[in-house]
Amino acid sequence: MADAETLLATPLHSAHVARGARMTAFAGYDMPVSYPLGVLKEHLWTRAHAGLFDVSHMGPAFLRLTAPSGDPAADHAAISALIEPLVSGDIAGLAPGKLRYTLLLNETGGILDDLMIGRPSAPGRQGELYLVVNAANKGADFALIAAAVGDAAQLVRADDRALIALQGPEAAAVLSTLAPGVERLAFMSFDAYELMGHEALIARSGYTGEDGFEMLISAEGAVKLWAALLADERVEAIGLGARDSLRLEAGLPLHGHDIDPTTSPFEGALGFAVSKKRLKAGRLAAAARLAAEAGGALSRVRAGIRVLEGAPAREGAEIVAPDGEVLGLVTSGGFSPSLSAPIAMAYLPPAQAVPGTRLGVRVRGRVQMAEVAALPFVPQRYFRPSAGPMEV
Amino acid sequence: MRFTKDHEWVEVEGDVATVGVTAYAAEQLGDVVFVELPAAGAALKAGAEMAVVESVKAASDVYAPLSGEVTGVNGDIADNPQTLNDAPEGSGWLVKIRLADPAELDALMDRSAYEAYLRSL
Repeated sequence: MADAETLLATPLHSAHVARGARMTAFAGYDMPVSYPLGVLKEHLWTRAHAGLFDVSHMGPAFLRLTAPSGDPAADHAAISALIEPLVSGDIAGLAPGKLRYTLLLNETGGILDDLMIGRPSAPGRQGELYLVVNAANKGADFALIAAAVGDAAQLVRADDRALIALQGPEAAAVLSTLAPGVERLAFMSFDAYELMGHEALIARSGYTGEDGFEMLISAEGAVKLWAALLADERVEAIGLGARDSLRLEAGLPLHGHDIDPTTSPFEGALGFAVSKKRLKAGRLAAAARLAAEAGGALSRVRAGIRVLEGAPAREGAEIVAPDGEVLGLVTSGGFSPSLSAPIAMAYLPPAQAVPGTRLGVRVRGRVQMAEVAALPFVPQRYFRPSAGPMEV
Repeated sequence: MRFTKDHEWVEVEGDVATVGVTAYAAEQLGDVVFVELPAAGAALKAGAEMAVVESVKAASDVYAPLSGEVTGVNGDIADNPQTLNDAPEGSGWLVKIRLADPAELDALMDRSAYEAYLRSL
């Protein structure tokens, strides 16, 4: 049992307790696992309407050039050159106002963390990057980044502020009542807005597979924003329990479970987060390994599993071949509220990681019928406006 | 009705006990999505794992409050796990056990003792 005295509280902690949340220790914070609505209904509400999440335990930060030149293009190139040796993605190629999902890699190409990196839109803020890393890794990530950039840049943590996510098909309509224009922001873009009289960074992003937003705002602004959003009948507060089942259905990996320092981007089925340009140029950690894996030299890969009978298969359950050979382990698993069936992710040899392959999963000693399924389990519904008018 | 500290309830008729989990336990579990029950005829030992109840998030063991042989299980709850949340101390019962040792009942709490125990948690 974690000692409640030593847990950190987010700026919204009192609001969670007042709402009757069941609280749990997560990554050093006392966080809401569910509200009186319950995990199942919170999950379905987010898929149908708009779910409000306190994700202030995560690690937002800004990385800023110590001595910017004032030339926006040169300053972005300079800050990108400092962070790129640590990550898998093309940061130099980010357009102003865009975010990228990327991976922090160790020297063997293993995933230390997954994170978002954004390039501000304002011409006066080039030479700066917006980062959001996972709660459980933020201390280690920030220390690694600060050491790597040395005196050339400053890492300024922003985890004294609140990070709030609003996710679901009605999220844009709800948030546009408080921040007009935000509905036009495209998926994986972010910008500064005024929210409840406070400056906020709003990103069109999230980790549920739904359209939605993640907002960085001062602690004081967050309390007002949380209350104002919950006053909208389309919005319910959603705890970490449903956040986990939502991201599992959306096929999104959870670091420390589905990906970790022993798994590479290609093993983790996250090849899209590896810059092809940087890979081709050999300018990546463990470039030789990653290039080989990009070419198909893999012994295991993250795959989706549908459990066709019996109990949900949870983390650690064995995936077995018809002859009883253990092929891999479940890294995340549970019950999918949207599909009313158990789902999981597991690492499998590529030959077996083909949708439709019949397998067994061992739960409490008994082998249950299962099948490899394409990820995501439910369609992602991100907001991607077309680039221009439709051609006729 | 009698109760355990693990939040099972027992209702005895003759030498057969009907067993389920309490309303408190059902509320703590949240929405139940899967229930695994023992086979009829299985021999249970008091305090040993008897069933598994699963929510979206987690699997929780249910312990046999008494020793004996399983004479019946609630097949309806396997098809409709939500019944355990709707009527935990009624149609959401789990198993029927033919008592091996009726004296084990003496170790269980009556309702007022169980309610006092809940207040102490």
